Amino acid sequence: MTQPLLELRGVNKSFGVVHVLHDVDFAVYPGQVTALVGDNGAGKSTLVKCIAGIYGRDSGDYIFEGQPVTVHGPRDVAALGVEVVYQDLALCDNLDIVQNMFLGREESRHLALDEATMEARARDTLGSLSVRTVSSVRQHVASLSGGQRQTVAIAKAVLWNSKIVLLDEPTAALGVAQTRQVLDLVRRLADRGLGVVLISHNLGDVFEVADRITALYLGRVAADVATKDVTHGQVVELITAGRSGDLGIAENPATATV
Amino acid sequence: MTVETDQPADTAGFAEDSRRSVTLRDAWTDYVNRLRGGDMGSLPAILGLVVLYIVFGLANDRFLSMLNQANLVIQAGSIIVLAMGLVFVLLLGEIDLSAGVTGGVSAAFTALAVVDHGQPWWAAILIGMLVGATIGFVIGLLVAYLGIPSFVVTLAYFLALQGVTLKLIGSGGSVPVRDEVLRGLSIKNVPTSYGWLIAGLVVVVYTAIALQRYRTQVRRDLQRPPFSLVVIRIVAFAAIVLGLTGALNRNRSLNPNFPIEGVPWTLPVVLVLLVLWTFVLGRTAYGRHLYAVGGNAEAARRAGINVRRIKVSAFVLCSTMAAVGGLLAASYSGKVSPSSGAGNVLLYAVGAAVIGGTSLFGGRGRALDAVIGGVVIATIANGLGLLNQASYINYLVTGGVLLLAASVDAISRRRRSAAGV
Repeated sequence: MTQPLLELRGVNKSFGVVHVLHDVDFAVYPGQVTALVGDNGAGKSTLVKCIAGIYGRDSGDYIFEGQPVTVHGPRDVAALGVEVVYQDLALCDNLDIVQNMFLGREESRHLALDEATMEARARDTLGSLSVRTVSSVRQHVASLSGGQRQTVAIAKAVLWNSKIVLLDEPTAALGVAQTRQVLDLVRRLADRGLGVVLISHNLGDVFEVADRITALYLGRVAADVATKDVTHGQVVELITAGRSGDLGIAENPATATV
Repeated sequence: MTVETDQPADTAGFAEDSRRSVTLRDAWTDYVNRLRGGDMGSLPAILGLVVLYIVFGLANDRFLSMLNQANLVIQAGSIIVLAMGLVFVLLLGEIDLSAGVTGGVSAAFTALAVVDHGQPWWAAILIGMLVGATIGFVIGLLVAYLGIPSFVVTLAYFLALQGVTLKLIGSGGSVPVRDEVLRGLSIKNVPTSYGWLIAGLVVVVYTAIALQRYRTQVRRDLQRPPFSLVVIRIVAFAAIVLGLTGALNRNRSLNPNFPIEGVPWTLPVVLVLLVLWTFVLGRTAYGRHLYAVGGNAEAARRAGINVRRIKVSAFVLCSTMAAVGGLLAASYSGKVSPSSGAGNVLLYAVGAAVIGGTSLFGGRGRALDAVIGGVVIATIANGLGLLNQASYINYLVTGGVLLLAASVDAISRRRRSAAGV
């Protein structure tokens, strides 16, 4: 197997007395969609925030392209080429698509903004992702549907040549057709060689686009398996019970402590 | 936010997205759709202005005389400049209730620098602007770093700064503004030949920029309006600039031995500020960040924008502009008194910005809004003054207009979020 783009080894994280992540190992491979699944409170969001640099780690290594790195905040992570697309999309309604995609990283010539270059680059990026859902790049984001907003948020990550994109519940609020578009886009991102992390509750989505599934159970990694090696039912058991047959945590920690 | 609207646009290919409204007709349809969606811009203000001109023109035959119209331009000047400053804080969804009295204090400093300390006019203006900037800086710090609502901070400043002016000037007194240049801003006019020259230059530069921009858009195949619309805009712009210059360059004196002609100096001052802030808001990264913070502060923060610094800077710009506005007001009245900038000055300016199309909810607004809205407010004040109404009517009407404008803003905002335009 190829070297992971990003690897977390033995990560622990506590909030006060609550031990949220126990020795979590997590890897993202280039050109693959890694699904991160788990029940509410399993530690998915905490893990994502550790990757994004929003939370620090109590212990464990952060390894990027084979090199251990130290990250102190979201800026360090963004500099590595890791973009997080949050569930509550970070877009400004009163700006258009181009303005949103370049927000905080505007291209300027002399003093003035270089609108021509920005518009051309935004169009190229959307075109290269075969995005066929927006009628004009100068549309205000307020006029976009949920799926289109998600598309813009993802395209923004691609525009900056990110190597890894983390998508937090990208289809949670979408209709059927829009979910379809977003999943297609997720697949295309991976086909471009990016490492994609898909956090989702929807196993249908996961089985459709994910290459690997990492299941979290009560802050531990229950399994890290290839999608083709498991069935829908097994993943449900991994999420709800932490084990399924010979997969999963050897001894159920929830019952073991009783 | 979850928007669950499946749009037919899903089938439209992005590769062949609409890069331009092909015909004038398409552009018109686009515009009407935007209006329906609640994106009214300055249209209500312009329609209101037309109505006001008809009403006042019929009610009083002096209203449309050039002498009065020139007076209206000067009256509008200080309101417009103050409103331009307010646009910055309104863009962030904040408010500066102290902007009017900030102008009063700054003008007091300027006037005293000239009268008591014999400073030249430019130094006095700089002192005034510096006072304004300092006030804005402190307000900004209190709002952005301490987290006090701007409403409360600036309400406190509204009272406190009146005390400062009173201390500086002394109760019942006033400081005259007799400096040639400071007073001349209101009572002197640009020589007619220079007026034409400048107006011509402005038109040529605007045309060059508009055409250059269109050429770039065509060359790089970007989204663009139809060429006919570009031409219409240029013609309309030239008509307004040259028409205004022509009208103001005619002799408007009632006394044949003492001609009054030319553009009042206030007008070029306002225009320079308009160009400056239009550029800053529309064409610089800083301006873009202001809109972003006003639209979604969390998104702006995640995009790496320093939201607090943006907030402080907006208050600094607002108060500095308030100082300039206070100066123009002092120049118009020829004095600074303890009540300068108090009373309804701020209400006028907020009304001007909102009537012009700047949203009280943040994220929408232009420098031009302040100009259009400022003219509307000045017209109301000027027209009612000519009708010799009791001043209570003036208060009632202005308050009513502000409420009306805020209602239009709130309703169009609701329509926008419903229509998603």
